[in-house]
Amino acid sequence: MELFKERRVLTVSALTGLIREVLEENFDQVWVEGEISNFASPQSGHCYFTLKDSGAQLRCVMFRGAARTLKFAPKDGMRVLVRGRLTLFEPRGEYQLVAEYLEPQGIGGLQMAFIQLKEKLAKEGLFSELHKREIPKLPRKIGVVTSPTGAAIRDILTVLSRRFANLEILISPVRVQGEGAALEIAAAIDDLNRLGGLDVMIVGRGGGSLEDLWAFNEEVVARAIHRSAIPVISAVGHEIDFTISDFVADLRAATPSAAAELVVRSKQELTAELEALVYRLDISLVRRLEIWRAGVRALSRAVADPSRILGHLSQRVDSLDGRLRREADLMLGDCGERIESLAVRLNQQNPVLTLRRTEERLATLSLRMDHAMGRRLAASAERLRLASGTLNAVSPLAVLGRGYSIARKLPQRSVVRDSREIGAGDRLELTLATGSALCRVEEVRS
Amino acid sequence: MAVEKFETALKKLEEVVKKLEGGELSLEDSLKAFEEGVKQSAFCSKKLNEAERRVELLLKQRDGSFVKKPFDEVD
Repeated sequence: MELFKERRVLTVSALTGLIREVLEENFDQVWVEGEISNFASPQSGHCYFTLKDSGAQLRCVMFRGAARTLKFAPKDGMRVLVRGRLTLFEPRGEYQLVAEYLEPQGIGGLQMAFIQLKEKLAKEGLFSELHKREIPKLPRKIGVVTSPTGAAIRDILTVLSRRFANLEILISPVRVQGEGAALEIAAAIDDLNRLGGLDVMIVGRGGGSLEDLWAFNEEVVARAIHRSAIPVISAVGHEIDFTISDFVADLRAATPSAAAELVVRSKQELTAELEALVYRLDISLVRRLEIWRAGVRALSRAVADPSRILGHLSQRVDSLDGRLRREADLMLGDCGERIESLAVRLNQQNPVLTLRRTEERLATLSLRMDHAMGRRLAASAERLRLASGTLNAVSPLAVLGRGYSIARKLPQRSVVRDSREIGAGDRLELTLATGSALCRVEEVRS
Repeated sequence: MAVEKFETALKKLEEVVKKLEGGELSLEDSLKAFEEGVKQSAFCSKKLNEAERRVELLLKQRDGSFVKKPFDEVD
């Protein structure tokens, strides 16, 4: 540089100022990676730290404004990627990096993404308590979105089988880590919703590294949980790991076993609750009865001639007491009998039986009708026979058959009944049983 | 759904108990309430003690339909 050819003497300040200019002009925008050490963040809100690697170190400052945008708390030993500009702090003659942006490296990158997504979804209200669906008190059908071969499903089933018998468990098998796992989990949550009929679902996996758990920090899974109509219990990993799924889910369980216990515990609570209610039910009625009995006793003392009233009331109380016991027995124990009697009654209404009875009646009726008709026909035939016999008897033809004949005087053909009606020489016609004869009277005898 | 029926029954039982404990009911009504309570509690405890257990695997077919298969538990 021209500057140094002449023996031109500079003050320390001037030289430092020049160096500063050179630094600021040439290192206006640099990216540098290294490990944080000597991190300090005093009251001022500025952050001071040293960035180092195995061969060198670099003083860094992050001013309050930039520090406020940090999504994570930088710590000693953390590997970071820093964007900033170089400058020189003249009073101490030290150059330093003014950091404007800090990003964790490696595992820290995931953490960063986690923080950013969490912030984004929180802003959208996905974690709001308003969206939390209530976990049903007595779930009967439980969906589980997890690996069918993982530790999580074994833990869940072990807990459930130990404590709660009445369950239908539907496992939607998914990969829970690696490329595409998040999409599978999200699709499985949607599928279980499409299938319907589930009371609650557990979404999760056993513990692992942050990378292993990563699928549960992805946006697709968070959104699927958020839109699920079925309440979701998130159960990922060990107790200390929080995932985005945990924040979105309606209930967060520390582990898959804990998720199963959360479902089960409600059953035990319910049993206790029910027992307490039944106890209160019994006690309250017993107390009521005692009060009524006491009332009756008091009446018996107060009334001059109480015996009848007392007897009546006392009997009533006893009868109601007995009825209570019978009803309780009936309700609690003997439903079977009632069902049987109902079944018998129901059976009596059986249309087949009704039909059969109608058929029998029809058969009887038709038999009776046959008999009646037969009798009437026989009677008619008999009457006909008798009538035609009579007719036969009175028929002149029948008389002729027995050898009589009818004599008619010609030409009038008047029937001759008296000898005085005819004289000798008259012509008569004799009608015989078959045929007739023409005759002349020879002589009349009276 | 069975779950809802259970929860409704439990709620009814609770109401009955409160009514009885309130002491406003006549003897007849107390008995009626008690009968109702016994009925509800029997239903609840039946639901709680129903013992049935099924574990199935949900498999999605290529056409998007679902098939359920028994899941072999390794206990």
